[in-house]
Amino acid sequence: MQSPVLIAGLGIISAIGNNTSENITALENGIAGMGDIIYLNSIHRQKIPVAEVKMSNEELAGRSGLSSQISRTALLGTIAAEEAFNDSGIRGLANTRIGFVSANTVGGMDKTEQFFSEFLTNPQKGRLRDVVHHECGSITEIIAEKLGISNFVTTISTACSSSANAIIYAARLIKNNILDAVVAGGADALTKFTLNGFNTLMILDSDACKPFDENRKGLNLGEGAAYVVLVSGSLIAKLKKDPYCKLSGYCNANDAFHQTASSPEGEGSFLAMQGALKNSGLNPRDIDYINLHGTGTQNNDISEGIAIKRLFGPVYPKMSSTKSFTGHTLGASGSVEAVLSALSVKHGMVYPNLRFDTPMQGLPFAPETKFSKNEPIEHVLSNSFGFGGNCSSLIFSKN
Amino acid sequence: MAAYIRATANISAQNTFEGYQALSEPIAYTNNRLSCVEPDYKEFIDPKMLRRMSRIIKMGVTAAMKCLQEANIKMPDAIITGTAYGCMDDTGTFLSKMIEFNEEMLSPTAFIQSTHNTVGAQIALMLQCHNYNNTFVHRGFSFESALIDAKMLLHEGTANNVLVGGLDEITGYSHVILSRFNIYRSGPVSNINLFKTSSKGTIAGEGATFFLLSGDSSVNNYARLDAIHTFYKPSNIAEIEQNISAFLTVNSIGIDEIDLVITGRNGDAKGDAIYQQLNNSVFKDLPAANYKHLCGEYPTASSFALWLAANILKTGTVHPVLLEKHKDEKEIKRILVYNHYQNTHHSLYLVSAC
Repeated sequence: MQSPVLIAGLGIISAIGNNTSENITALENGIAGMGDIIYLNSIHRQKIPVAEVKMSNEELAGRSGLSSQISRTALLGTIAAEEAFNDSGIRGLANTRIGFVSANTVGGMDKTEQFFSEFLTNPQKGRLRDVVHHECGSITEIIAEKLGISNFVTTISTACSSSANAIIYAARLIKNNILDAVVAGGADALTKFTLNGFNTLMILDSDACKPFDENRKGLNLGEGAAYVVLVSGSLIAKLKKDPYCKLSGYCNANDAFHQTASSPEGEGSFLAMQGALKNSGLNPRDIDYINLHGTGTQNNDISEGIAIKRLFGPVYPKMSSTKSFTGHTLGASGSVEAVLSALSVKHGMVYPNLRFDTPMQGLPFAPETKFSKNEPIEHVLSNSFGFGGNCSSLIFSKN
Repeated sequence: MAAYIRATANISAQNTFEGYQALSEPIAYTNNRLSCVEPDYKEFIDPKMLRRMSRIIKMGVTAAMKCLQEANIKMPDAIITGTAYGCMDDTGTFLSKMIEFNEEMLSPTAFIQSTHNTVGAQIALMLQCHNYNNTFVHRGFSFESALIDAKMLLHEGTANNVLVGGLDEITGYSHVILSRFNIYRSGPVSNINLFKTSSKGTIAGEGATFFLLSGDSSVNNYARLDAIHTFYKPSNIAEIEQNISAFLTVNSIGIDEIDLVITGRNGDAKGDAIYQQLNNSVFKDLPAANYKHLCGEYPTASSFALWLAANILKTGTVHPVLLEKHKDEKEIKRILVYNHYQNTHHSLYLVSAC
């Protein structure tokens, strides 16, 4: 019904690199980002591996132009959003309605934790500047201000599918002619709150995770931020620039099974992937590569795997979980993987699923274990599923 | 495509869960924290599920279920929530235990229910609804972003019945912390007389309000939601006036065609000065109504205003407690809702009788 929405800019910061080219290099060389906790002040240091961005808050502040006292989520988000916005070539364009749609799961929780440890001893204690950016939307506004975007600003939080939903909402704002371009994605820094939360659920691997492996033991939490710049067809014509690809389809569905667990038959995942294919007018056979949600937990991987079997069998596209590099970046994971998927379409890259050893019982397919490029890739499917049954899938296609 | 308000349900510091008529006898408060009048949840939620739910989840799910009952819709095509703070009680519980027990011996329950999408997720779970499900968490734009999403879904034709709600809670922790920012009145304060004294600060509020937006016209609908517009951090009053005028122009409405304006006055002298200036310019000669003395101030309070607009258009009645100024009795056919949250998040809704 409308012209396609195109991707004109990319930006990413993760445990495997501080920008797009560093991330590609790490993926090409098979270098994963998880290891001992360095920056997070937690008793789980040296016990639970995580995928941290390899910079202190002071270093991130230097790069982002923000104070080192600001939430790490805002620091990470600003760096990745600036990269994407500058890459797009739309910055400063006159008569262009530009929006910012960002996602995160716990706002400025890293600073709230600091506030709370004092506040709990005395309600008049704790520095207010540490809690003023607690709200998810407040993090978005700090980043928006650095970008100079005020036309349309909003925040989405649907657990681990948050930034995939930010990208979907952004695309629809363009298709509905509310905006011409949107910087969309998400950011999440590691916090004690999330690390301990996932730890109580007993779904963290004490070693580097093994997504889609029969002997997988859980996920590794990661941190990062990533943004894509979505533009309308008429705007791309004005930019003297080839887009990376187009966002050809998307779907948001709900598993409606359990607050945290995925259904055994993967109903929500199945509906999200099927809906994205329908939305793009493609068939399962058209998909060349799936960037899996692939957290490495028992529950997610079998549920997602069965949904793929139901939808794609008996012929399967290449697939892998890049969480074996970046860890699970929660609210940022959908956009981290959207950036990698857009690069996959642009450069014909397929990423390896690190540490894969034994195929899962009951699944007649296995993920890719080697990096390859210049492959004939037309369409890439990216999955993001979360607590609350929120399941979203995106499809990126050659323009 | 038009968006019709087919049904609505509201839990607030007033007896609004019983219906709009409750505002003929408004509840008076004398403190700066207005807590919701909670309904009997057992009528709407299985007691086994109820035990595990925090207050905001109970309020959100119950308002959603009542709204669907009234609409006679068993399975909405989409569930969208807007909440600035999310599930703060569960967040505060997990956070304080984590600090108290130094990251050891924690139970996952509060963490599991602390995510901002919990209410939307619980509604989907209870209905076994696999359809579109989204949650917006952007301060004073949380509910507005959800409404824009709902309108887009109807326009795209991907949904015909959308359940959309705005909700936020006050908790013990949050009230103490927010009070330290000096945003609330100190000392005893009468909510009913909130606008009679001009001073610094407002009164804290909370609530859960849901709507069933439908693409289908029906004699049973409350009203039609014609348009929404948001604007962020306007630099001065002229920019606010320009946004309001442009909104009306884009929707081909003259200001004289507005029968009532509902504004977000909250008793804080500085914030209310904006509404007063508008009363002397773009809103001059317009009948005006207020609501935050009834529900208190919170980031998704504009959902209460939309509930009010829908009910006024359906019943043709404006309860005296709402009125700031009015002209001779005139049938109300079209309402403009204008709200600003801390002079940062400004929103406009245009709502018409069906």
